[in-house]
Order: sequence, then C-alpha cells, then structure tokens
Amino acid sequence: MGIAIKMPALSPTMEEGTLAKWLVKEGDEVKSGDILAEIETDKATMEFEAVDEGKIGKIMVAEGSEGVKVGTVIAEMAGEGGEDAAPAPKAEESAPPAKAEASPDAPKKPESGTANLAAEVKPAVQDPAIPEGTEFVKTTVREALRDAMAEEMRKDERVFVMGEEVAEYQGAYKVTQGLLDEFGGKRVIDTPITEYGFAGVGTGAAMGGLRPIIEFMTFNFAMQAIDHIINSAAKTNYMSGGQMRCPIVFRGPNGAASRVGAQHSQNYGPWYASVPGLIVIAPYDAADAKGLLKAAIRSEDPVVFLENELVYGRSFDVPKLDDYVLPIGKARIMKPGKDVTLVSYSIGVGVALEAAETLAGEGIDAEVIDLRTLRPLDTATVLESLKKTNRIVVVEEGWPTCSIASEIAAVVMEKGFDDLDAPVLRVTNEDVPLPYAANLEKAALIDAARVVEAAKKVCYK
Amino acid sequence: MAKSTTPRASSAKAQAAAPAGADHNRPRPETPSDYEASKDELLDFYKQMVLIRRFEEKAGQLYGLGLIGGFCHLYIGQEAVAVGIQSALKPGKDSVITGYRDHGHMLAYGIDPKIIMAELTGREAGISRGKGGSMHMFSVEHKFYGGHGIVGAQVSLGAGLGFAHKYNDDGGVCVAYFGDGAANQGQVYEAFNMAELWKLPIIFVIENNQYAMGTSVNRASSEDQLYRRGESFRIPGIQVNGMDVLAVRGATEEALKWVQGGNGPILLEMKTYRYRGHSMSDPAKYRSREEVQSMRDTSDPIEGVKKYLIEAGVGEDEIKSIDQNIRKTVSEAADFAETSPEPGMAELYTDVLVEQY
Repeated sequence: MGIAIKMPALSPTMEEGTLAKWLVKEGDEVKSGDILAEIETDKATMEFEAVDEGKIGKIMVAEGSEGVKVGTVIAEMAGEGGEDAAPAPKAEESAPPAKAEASPDAPKKPESGTANLAAEVKPAVQDPAIPEGTEFVKTTVREALRDAMAEEMRKDERVFVMGEEVAEYQGAYKVTQGLLDEFGGKRVIDTPITEYGFAGVGTGAAMGGLRPIIEFMTFNFAMQAIDHIINSAAKTNYMSGGQMRCPIVFRGPNGAASRVGAQHSQNYGPWYASVPGLIVIAPYDAADAKGLLKAAIRSEDPVVFLENELVYGRSFDVPKLDDYVLPIGKARIMKPGKDVTLVSYSIGVGVALEAAETLAGEGIDAEVIDLRTLRPLDTATVLESLKKTNRIVVVEEGWPTCSIASEIAAVVMEKGFDDLDAPVLRVTNEDVPLPYAANLEKAALIDAARVVEAAKKVCYK
Repeated sequence: MAKSTTPRASSAKAQAAAPAGADHNRPRPETPSDYEASKDELLDFYKQMVLIRRFEEKAGQLYGLGLIGGFCHLYIGQEAVAVGIQSALKPGKDSVITGYRDHGHMLAYGIDPKIIMAELTGREAGISRGKGGSMHMFSVEHKFYGGHGIVGAQVSLGAGLGFAHKYNDDGGVCVAYFGDGAANQGQVYEAFNMAELWKLPIIFVIENNQYAMGTSVNRASSEDQLYRRGESFRIPGIQVNGMDVLAVRGATEEALKWVQGGNGPILLEMKTYRYRGHSMSDPAKYRSREEVQSMRDTSDPIEGVKKYLIEAGVGEDEIKSIDQNIRKTVSEAADFAETSPEPGMAELYTDVLVEQY
C-alpha cells in the first residue's frame, strides 16, 4: 500500500513553491523525521520531513521544479510492507484528505477567506506620475519595499532599520532580505521581542536626529507600542511648538492574514488615521509600495506605513527609474469610469478592481480610486470623481465602525451632498473578531461579489 | 501587608550594589565619594537650587490664582538631584530627558525662567509657544528632550537618545530621569535590556522621592531598593543621598566614568523627597505633616549647601544678597508670564506636521 507525498504548505499564505532539492532517491528507506527535500517558498527555504516510515517509490516532481502547487503529489512512498508504490489513484484513495471527502460538510482543503482578497487584477491605467516610455520591471511588493529601504539607506547615513528578526533571519516575512549584508549590524538591528521598548528607542533616536525605520513583525504587535507611536512620536512636534521633530517610519504588515485568527488579523488603518500628527500610508501595489516608502523615509513627520502580508509575494510592474518617489497624500485613479466610484486602499483595491471587471460585463462602468494615503486623506480626488459618477461605494478590508469608509461617507455628505444620487455604501468586513474556521473567515471578509452587489444597488440596478 | 518604612540611605552618602553570587567577577563601578566643590561651584549650586525652589513656590502661587492650569508638578525638595547631575554634564553634547516633573531640570540647564514660566501660564512666549504646558517642555538647543507626560515613556526614549549618541559616535551620554513610580513600568525593563545589550551610553536616574503619587515605595515595589532594579540586566546600580548636591555630583562623576569607558548603562537611585503634593491637586493624606517637617528640618538640600558655603567662608550677607536677586528674577519671570499674550488663534493649526502634503 503506497502513500502519496504531497507538496506541503509551509506558511499560512503559501500557495506554491520550488522543489529546490531532493535529499532522498528512489529506493531509499526513510524513517519518520528524515529530511526528504528542501522546498523554497517566497519567504524561505525549508526542510521537508518524512512523517511515515517506508521506502521511497517513485519521485514524480524533479528537483529544481518551480511553481509546484501545494497539494501536488511529488513522490510516492511504499508502505511498511515494503511493496513497490501502488498506482497513483489508489494511493490517493488511502490518503487522509480523500477519506474526509466522505462527509459533504468537510471540504477537501478548506479555503481561506483571504483567497477572495487575492485577486490578481492590474490597474487599467498607468500612474500619471510615471513618465511616458518608462521601462517597467516585474517586482514583488516584498522586493519593492526592500529596494526602497536600501536606496534610502545608501543615500542617507542616518537611516537605519530596527525590529524583530530584521537582520540575521533576513526578516520574518523576508522584507529586509539582504540589508544586513549590505549595511552591516550598525544599521540593520535585531531587537529582542520588546515592541513597546524598541518603538520607544526608535522614537527617541528620531528625536535625537536619526531616521529610524521600525519594523513591526505585524501591526497587531504594535498595539504594545501604540503609546510611543501616538503619545511620543505624533504629538511631540506640536507640543514643543515646532522645536522637536520625529522623522520615523513604523512599518509592517497590517490587516487580515490567512487563517491566523482574531489576534493576528486586524486593520489598524482607521486607528492611526484618526491621530493628528501622523502620516498614514497603505499602498496596494509594488510601485506604490516603493515610491511611497521612499517618501515616508524622507518625510520630516512620523509615518505609519501599513503593508499587507497577502500581497508581499505578488508581482507588479515597477518603473525602472533612479529615484522613484511618490507624493504623500495623493490618491490614484486605478481605472476610470463614469457610473459609480469604488474607493478603496491596500488589499481592498484588488477586490474593487475585480468587482469593476465584473460590473463592466454587466454594463456598469466603475471608476476605482486607490486612496494610498489615509492621513492626510485626498478627499479632493474622491469628490471630483463623485461629480462625474454621483455614486460612491467604499471597499475596506476592516471593520465597519469608525472606519475609513465611515470617514469617506461623512466627507462626501458634508462636501459633496449635492452630487450624490444615492446613499454612500460601505463594503467592509463583518463587525466581528476574525474567526479561524475557513468558512466563517470567508464569510467575515470582503469579496468582489459584495462590492458588485453594492455598486448595483447604488446604480439602482 | 505593607512593609515597614525602608531606612533612608545611612551616613555613607552613596553605596554601590554589593556584587551578587556568580557575578562577583564582573567589573563594577567604584563606590563614589562626595564631590569636592570649589567655593564658586558651591555658589553656583546654591544659586541654581534656590532659583528652582523660589520658581516652584511662585508657580504654586500662580496655580492658586488660576494662572496656571491643568497638572503642575513641583520639584521642591528634589533640587539637589537636577543641579548636581546637570553640573557634571557637557552642555551641547550630553542629552537629558525626564518625565513631567521637569521645571527644575530646565532651570538647572540655564534655560530662561521667563519662557518656562510663560509656558506654565500658556502664553505665546512660552518655550513650547504655550502649546505644551508644564509637562511638555523641550529645548533641543540645550539637548533637553522633554518633558514627557506618560509615566516611564522617557526611559525608552532616553535609550533611543543613547542609541543616537552611539550611532553618531559623538561622545555624548544621555541622562534619563524617572521616578520611583515609573520604575514599576514594564517598558523601563525593556529599555534596560536593550541598553545593556547594546552598551548604550546612558545613565538611568531614579529620583526616588518615596511616593508615586500617593503610594509609598514600600507599598508598590517588591524590591524597594531601587538601585538593584538593573542587576538582572547586568546594569550596576548605586544608591545616592539625593538630598546632598555633593553626593549627587560625586556619583554622577563615577557614572559618567563608567558609561564613557564603554561599559554600557548605569543606574543611579537618588533618595530624595518632595515636600509638596504629587501635583497641585494632591491633598497629601498619605503621609503625616510631621514626616514632611522632619525631612525639611534635617535633610533640606538647600540648607545643606548653605552650611557648606558658610564652612567655605561665605558670609550671611552674600547669601542674603543672592536670595534677593533670585526673588527678583522669579518675580520678573512671573510678571512676564502673567502679562505676555496668549498664542494667536493661528497657532492652533501650526506644527501639527512639519511638511505640507
């Protein structure tokens, strides 16, 4: 009786990987715990261990294969009896997930609700900030962020990166990969697990004239440090009558990750955006991640830079320019349209673009705006779009109450009331802590279908 | 049940923490001795301490008249700490950060009492243009980084200032002051850990005035000998008689030697006492009048320096004339603070951000 060895998921967000190296060959006897192969994810190279005892039968995916989907059978193992591997279909039958199929309620592989956020939709128009004829390079958001930091560190000796696992580990999410090698331990600093403390150390260093980039492994952990972000960094310039600046960047992944439960899944955009004295940036694609992080590092003001783990590995076109810096506080029209305006930011932009494609098929021409900066909010671009479409739906991967969506609704009501032909609708996550169960998580998070429904509603269709 | 009151630092004015167990081979700072001040230095100490005392008394009066609002924490009784430490620092090179009981530190820095008092009364001429108030005053020019209202925040921020000194290799040392109350905040120990791990040039100064608002050290601290609080991070601690400016200065010299020698941080526990309430609104029911009076009678830091001055041959007349000059300075500062205008309405919106977006 054979057992199918499948491509494992080695992180919550891994969908595929490279089978870097086989450490066993056909016919080898293996014991539980033996290392079978090295698998490269977008974050790291991991060792893959045998779970069962037996003999390696057929190796079905050769080493060096890229883009091997999670769940693909990569080898077969003969069972304890030492028989040769059985034909694949039979092996499949005996694998545990196949058994689970017996119950109609139990999905083969529960799909995270974040799959609905992972729309690979590209903007319909180029950012007008980029000159005509510019060459583009496919870059992941992760690389774009790293490039932004590296470029600014080369330019300015005062810039340094500090956080948990940013140096020797090369970044918990590999965003700081390579920085230690280039800039050394003086400027790329591993901290103990001590968010409140190192947020304070960074803030003090900024007050003392340096330009710290403080990485939080995720913004959920920055809750321990929020006092320094708000009370120490944001308010000091005002309280000192303009004497004491605090040019610091607090950055890290924000928002729902995949199946990590309530404490690790939260969008802090609205929290920070409510604080005078802070700049809050939440980019969607790689070009914006790069151009806006560079602007954030150069800013004389404290910046909260909200990234999203689910898009770190996604590739986008990034303009090949020597010094690509974007203006803070300027929204971007991702797709022009005339019937309804979909306003979003961060990962919600992909959902809005996907919804716009569906709407186009149904004869509704949606305009999609990426806010990019949450504070200061570019209300002018939103109001200008409203004049054209007379309808707004805000798409936000976050809670509804006191949200950016609520803020947009209020601004539109106060300043664009006469342009409105329908109430502003908010498409947000459900008003609950994010559940773990895949089906509940899916129900709690936004998706394109809900955006389509809301857009049709405001168009009275 | 509360422990009995801890005996105050004994006749030995300062004592270094005893080496413990397996760590006895680690190098430790030497036990400091009292600073030997010249007559001129003694006069300077006296002037600064009296200035702080009279300034704070005046601030108390202005508060009573409704000219100062909000929270106002007076430094009366603790003058020897700020003055003794400040006198050992290099202006423009070393940095200082403290909590909200900050008037004394600024005066010890030689910052104009007028602009400090004008900040207390919320006037445009104040050091923070009237927008900071008593707890939020800064002078980047003097490397005085505040003036922080959140108990303990200045300890991590101070570690950051120390980090900047080391990063820039500018030879400066940061002094981060905090109280016995702040010594129980978690972030203090996060900062201790990183400061020692990275050998940051920082002197942590606990101004132990015996009461965190209304809670005595013994009721709030399982280890009430606060100079030992750094030991598990390998930060040596020294307990100092904070009522004696020469003991304070002597300990600071030793601390500077330690930090400048590349040994990383050091902790000074200054045993001191505040005569007034925690803030102006404190009825001080948690201690007896007799306790305060006995402290004033036996340990007053200003009376202490006066004694040294007389021993050094300074006459009563000279001391009286100094006192009169200081009263005049303080009264001028108060007049200035009362008569200068409030901030213009445009100030409401300035300095929220540095740049335009």
